[in-house]
Amino acid sequence: MEDTVLKVEKFSAFFGDNRVLKDVDLTVRRNVVAALMGPSGCGKTTLIRCVNRMHELIPGAGVAGKMTLVDEDIYTMQPIILRRKVGMVFQKPNPFPTMSIYENVIAGYKLNGIRMAKSELDTIVERSLKRSALWDEVKDALHRKGTFLSGGQQQRLCIARALAMNPEILLLDEPTSALDPKSTSQIEELFVELKRNVTMLLVTHNIAQAARVSDVTAFIYLGELVEFGPTEKMFTVPKDKRTEEYLTGKFG
Amino acid sequence: MTGGHVGRRLAKDTLFKGAVCLLAFLSLLPLFLILYYITMKGISVINWDFLFSLPRPIGESGGGVANAVVGTLMLIALSSVISVPCGIAAGIYLSENKTGKLSNTIRLSVIVLQGTPSIVIGIIAYLWVVAPLKTFSALSGGVALSIMMLPVIIKTTEETLKLIPYHLKEASLALGVPYYRTILKVVLPSGISGILTGILLSVARITGETAPLLFTAFGNQFMNVNIFKPIDSLPYRIFYYAMSPYPEWHSFAWGASFILVVLTLALNLIARGISAKWKIQF
Repeated sequence: MEDTVLKVEKFSAFFGDNRVLKDVDLTVRRNVVAALMGPSGCGKTTLIRCVNRMHELIPGAGVAGKMTLVDEDIYTMQPIILRRKVGMVFQKPNPFPTMSIYENVIAGYKLNGIRMAKSELDTIVERSLKRSALWDEVKDALHRKGTFLSGGQQQRLCIARALAMNPEILLLDEPTSALDPKSTSQIEELFVELKRNVTMLLVTHNIAQAARVSDVTAFIYLGELVEFGPTEKMFTVPKDKRTEEYLTGKFG
Repeated sequence: MTGGHVGRRLAKDTLFKGAVCLLAFLSLLPLFLILYYITMKGISVINWDFLFSLPRPIGESGGGVANAVVGTLMLIALSSVISVPCGIAAGIYLSENKTGKLSNTIRLSVIVLQGTPSIVIGIIAYLWVVAPLKTFSALSGGVALSIMMLPVIIKTTEETLKLIPYHLKEASLALGVPYYRTILKVVLPSGISGILTGILLSVARITGETAPLLFTAFGNQFMNVNIFKPIDSLPYRIFYYAMSPYPEWHSFAWGASFILVVLTLALNLIARGISAKWKIQF
């Protein structure tokens, strides 16, 4: 199945003795948006942080089970190689404050010491900013600091930075939770546009957001993957009682 | 009745404000008096000859502090070369490892080092460098001063790096950037203004140190740029001129003091400028 980008099998994650993810199975196919939703502390952020192995940076963190990225075992790869193939966008926009917009976009190459011709870099910057729908707003200010941008623009800059590396999959950790409604809807539109050629794994608190942008949705509750399937189906006829209760706002 | 109460409170208020202003003024007074005194007594000595000629032997008039200025600059350079890399590295370690045995030991050492009398540090440098090499030297002076710089650099680096948001480091790591590059290319540049400020303040602190130089750099009548030979320095030259019985040399001491104060003041002002101008907003 070459169409599968991410495959998670019997995967568990720990903080010390505390098991925060329990035998999760999940498959994400190419060019879809998969949403992970669930109440706070259910383990959804932990799950995506396991995909690029940022989870293990926390002392005492551990994992069990298998995860593969396009047929390669994530946990036998070098983390620094893996993380170049997996883009990540964080809750709070975090452009590098010492760098210009231009440098921020190519930060993945620059910080890794990958040398390239100026023209090549120009192409990457323009293409990435166009893909993140920021080009028109910043094309005349590429050499200004990224921190002068608004929150929503900063977040799109961070998306451009991740896209510049041509990742196999883009991890989005509640990317709109720190943004105003207008920026949020801009970014949601962007995701819909992007999924033509980017695979995305989106963690969200916001049920409506999952419904608006995702193709498949996973509902995680207390570290367990309760239900996983096409978004439309899950939102109309949830199989599990807990999913139904979460969707109708009985808890969460 | 109410009116009286309010009146009394207002009076107390005025009294309090007055007291604060008066005390603040009093605490500023010594600074201005020192500056005034040194300028009045010192500036008349400063001229081309004073800055660019060497001390003359007793009995001859004239002479200057050229060797002392060069010596002080060399000592600053030597001690910075030693203490800046070590200090920044220790600061990085502390900000990256908030707890742990080594971190706690370093933190304690920094506090102890900061409180160590400078003369004791001079003796240590004597033991470490002067005794084995069997000669007083600029190098030993540099070692003594670098030990004095360390606590300031370590502390300011740690405090600066602690303020850098964790999410910046995360952003870099998530791009597949190795840890060491993340520290060197993302974390350090983000804290550059604070770190530079710390270095300059530590330089300003050691520029006027005399005690650790007494039996390390020792002092030298002549121009010297060899780090393995004794070297002169401004504070030492002030000490030497001031202790002499000759009125002309006393005025030279004032002149050298003036140069020293201007140097220290300039370093402090530059440090402030850097921390304001290069401040990175997150």
